[in-house]
Amino acid sequence: MDTKYVIGIVVILLVIVGAYFALGGGNNQQSISIVGSTSVQPVAEKLATEYMKKNPDVKITVQGGGSSVGIKSVQDGSADIGTSSKELKSDESQGLTQYEIAKDGIAVIVNNQNSISGLTLEQLKGIFSGNITNWKDVGGADAKINIVVREDGSGTRDAFQEIVLGKLANGTKVSFVKDAIVQSSTEAVQQTVAQDPNSVGFVSFAVVKGTKALQVNNVAPSEATITDGSYKIQRPFFFLVKGEASGAVKAFIDWVNGPEGQAIIKEDKLVPVGQKVT
Amino acid sequence: MSRWTEEFFIEKGLLLTAVSSIIIIALIIIFIFMEGLPAIQAYGFFNFIFGMDWAPSSGQYGVFPMIIGSLGITVLSLLMAVPLGILCAIFLSEVASSKMRRILNPTIQTLAGIPSVVYGFFGLILLVPFMRVQFGGTGFSMFTASIILTVMILPIIVSVSEDALRSIPQEYKEASLALGATHWQTIKNVIFPAAIPGVITSVILGMGRAIGETLAIIMVAGNVVQIPGSILDPVRALTSNIAIEMGYATGIHYNALFATGIVLIFMIIVLLILANYLHYKKKVTIGGGYL
Repeated sequence: MDTKYVIGIVVILLVIVGAYFALGGGNNQQSISIVGSTSVQPVAEKLATEYMKKNPDVKITVQGGGSSVGIKSVQDGSADIGTSSKELKSDESQGLTQYEIAKDGIAVIVNNQNSISGLTLEQLKGIFSGNITNWKDVGGADAKINIVVREDGSGTRDAFQEIVLGKLANGTKVSFVKDAIVQSSTEAVQQTVAQDPNSVGFVSFAVVKGTKALQVNNVAPSEATITDGSYKIQRPFFFLVKGEASGAVKAFIDWVNGPEGQAIIKEDKLVPVGQKVT
Repeated sequence: MSRWTEEFFIEKGLLLTAVSSIIIIALIIIFIFMEGLPAIQAYGFFNFIFGMDWAPSSGQYGVFPMIIGSLGITVLSLLMAVPLGILCAIFLSEVASSKMRRILNPTIQTLAGIPSVVYGFFGLILLVPFMRVQFGGTGFSMFTASIILTVMILPIIVSVSEDALRSIPQEYKEASLALGATHWQTIKNVIFPAAIPGVITSVILGMGRAIGETLAIIMVAGNVVQIPGSILDPVRALTSNIAIEMGYATGIHYNALFATGIVLIFMIIVLLILANYLHYKKKVTIGGGYL
């Protein structure tokens, strides 16, 4: 009976010690936390995974939450790197170093069965603000346009609203049509558009799959058109660091902006930029 | 330790465990009020409750359409789930053979164990396109959401009602049958009326789950802030509103989401009081005791 207990205790101790080492215990490991835009999240995760493969002593965690959360977390120090998919306002960028790691196009997507292949910015504005409600008004079939948007606060929504809907003469933002379906993730928007022939939505160009990305002002979204700026609906992806980057964080950002990191960004259909914004 | 002290400590210990749940609820409510009240104060109570527009980016925080949305989805799903659930419970407790019950009961309990995100995804992929084809529109609607909810609350209503029906003393049934009543007359006039308090409890529990459900609703209700003109219009529930926007909210928007939580708590309290009152009213008193 006693020996059984002893054996049991030894086994438990071994398991605990083993788990400790297996999970990378010890204090020589450095950790970097990245928090922010859900649009930046997929590519940040990929970058983190690759970087950790090459540098096993660094542990990087990536979390979403939205651009505002990213900015807030890096400001108050709860994250080492904040990510944002929108330009920072002057009061937000106080004390932050910004690295523009990539440019992302926002694709306007419709169902594969939709006969329309392109719209102008003006038409898009009409559709998403509710002035155009039937596909036949923009050269399509006679059917009601079902609009799918992202939720208030999403970086994609903000960027799209700013670029496509713009502002009124008095400076207030033009708002989306009120009865538009709201989906709370890129995937849900894509899924909705993929199953509804009359719907239109917008998602990051990097993730378009199973739906048709429209030309905007006769320019199809592609790496080339996003780089040269001829595809109009695009936004920057930022890594934000409080003060000056140093130590492990600096090493990671340098790697991201170097050839290896930029190659991964390119794989994700994003346009690599890799420069510090001053 | 004397018997007296032992008794004392055990009593107080038990009291402490019982009180801890009250403390936890109190703490949660206090926290939600502390976070939510600033928004109600800043925006005005009536503007907040009866405001028709929710547009945080332009500073509008009216939750009325969402109150209607939450109530609409809940009522609609109860309308479908209660008759279905009660009839199913009657079948299970009175008609089904024990062999059948052995198959049906675990099946129904499995329904209760499926995570809500799975229901939501199922709804998004299968039910939404189906509804769009059948009824037109976008497929995202109050009706779609309440169908998903019906499936989710059905197991609760069935299992709690069944327990209530089965706990009716055998003598009632025997007496009724001995008087020459048929099986259906016995169920309708004796067993079911006697079990009504338990059945009401099952409806309360189902309602609680329906009004609090978030994830599945987000995926199929369309989340449009509007008062629905028909059951085929998309709506946003109070719970969805909090979950969708919490990730981004800062400042008064953040407080307004907690204020949404306050509204939700009040709605649940009112519904619970109403349901408990009904439960109390319908108690059958027999010979000094009640069921």
